[in-house]
Amino acid sequence: MQELLRFLIGGIVVSAFAALSDMLSPKSFAGLFGAAPSIALATLTLAIVHSGKAYAAVEARSMVMGAAAFCVYAACCSRVLMRGRHSALAATVALLPVWFALGFALLWLFGGRAA
Amino acid sequence: MSIQARPQKLKQSKWWELALRFGFGGLCTVIAGLVAKKFGAAAGGLFLAFPAIFPSGASLIASHEKERKHRAGMHGTHRGCQLAGVDAAGATMGCVGLGAFAVVVWQELPRHNAALVIAAASIAWAAVSFAVWWVWRKRAIVRRRK
Repeated sequence: MQELLRFLIGGIVVSAFAALSDMLSPKSFAGLFGAAPSIALATLTLAIVHSGKAYAAVEARSMVMGAAAFCVYAACCSRVLMRGRHSALAATVALLPVWFALGFALLWLFGGRAA
Repeated sequence: MSIQARPQKLKQSKWWELALRFGFGGLCTVIAGLVAKKFGAAAGGLFLAFPAIFPSGASLIASHEKERKHRAGMHGTHRGCQLAGVDAAGATMGCVGLGAFAVVVWQELPRHNAALVIAAASIAWAAVSFAVWWVWRKRAIVRRRK
């Protein structure tokens, strides 16, 4: 039941930010909403209710590292897509390992020390 | 170019594109929760900044632009990709704001009211993202004039 609630809240928040991004221009400004804290808003609210504020704060600490990884990933995607040689979906999916590698490397390096 | 909101652009999206985003968003939220449950809050927290709908968003931007150019009798593949690249540049700047959101929640949540902290973090996200974009935009305009 809790997973279904998560799915619905996550879907609604992500769709709302995506819709906002769709109708805005210029595209560089609309792109800001591609990195909106949509999943975080849905997940942190539920984490606070079910597991407490301390638990959610630990999640937020890791999120800083996730955001750094996302920044590098998005910059790589931008560089590749600007050349216009690859399909957008193929390029963005092929570069996802950048996020995983950097995110988990940062978590491994700083995850236990920043508390 | 100034910032503009065109609600009529929402009509360009097909029902399956909206469903895809809703599904991806919901799925990533569930995965973040399951990872936290299985591997702890630290690992789960990483997924709060997962580029969940980024690939599908970039793909939709490219395909919409391609369709638009096709209607005008042009090819549009190259232009579509470039537009998705500009959107990705925006997301890169938005990530600075995303980091600010996370720092505010991490530092302030244990000591203050949760609703206030989430609201303050959202304001921090918007303020930092817009400020970074504004500086980038100003610099781009100056560079173009030189």
